[in-house]
Amino acid sequence: MSFAKLAESFGEDSIRVLAVALDREHAVELSGDLLVSSGRVTPDYVTQMVEVLDTHGPYFVIAPGIALAHAKPSEVVLSTGLSLVTLADPVVFGHESNDPVRLVIGLCAVDHDSHIEMLAELSALLSDEATVNSLLNAVDTEHIRNLF
Amino acid sequence: MKIIAVCGMGIGTSVLLKMNAEKVLSQLGIDATVEATDMKTARESRDAQVILTTPDLAQLLTGLPSEIITIDHFFDLEELTNKLSASLL
Repeated sequence: MSFAKLAESFGEDSIRVLAVALDREHAVELSGDLLVSSGRVTPDYVTQMVEVLDTHGPYFVIAPGIALAHAKPSEVVLSTGLSLVTLADPVVFGHESNDPVRLVIGLCAVDHDSHIEMLAELSALLSDEATVNSLLNAVDTEHIRNLF
Repeated sequence: MKIIAVCGMGIGTSVLLKMNAEKVLSQLGIDATVEATDMKTARESRDAQVILTTPDLAQLLTGLPSEIITIDHFFDLEELTNKLSASLL
């Protein structure tokens, strides 16, 4: 299966492997910083991502070990896209069944529906356990890009 | 039947939930529309038979007429199938 939409959704400098996160806020910030470095958002978006965590809790830990961090569409989003960071050490988010987190996907969207196809591909990718293991065990970003 | 999939912002988690719920509902032969929405809209909603959301957010969605189904693992279609069929069939 090929993931053409995913391949273009991860801009240059949007992927990082085996990063060290001190806590769950830091883990969210790491994924947000990659959205900044790949030109998708301004730094304000990263602040908003952490606010979502503080306001609504770790609901976005959508599967065992996987968090989908994001804020809402607004003027601080420059273009729709994704980022991905694998964590060197798992981080506890406080989710009742999916802790600890080893993979954080950052998401930003310019509106409520232009990113649906991208999320459908992301869902297909993360539904495959072997692929998730390959993501988690990747030692460089090329390994990860080769999965798209 | 109307089902709403709810997350904090209505663009990420809820959209994934909506996509997988639609797959499962079609396999179960249940005729339903699924809308992805944010917490604010969900709190004002009165016409959804079922609210699909996460355990964390469910605690913040009390007092609504809809039945609330919580999903732990969004990519586990078996969990969605079991929970939706137990509620709707």
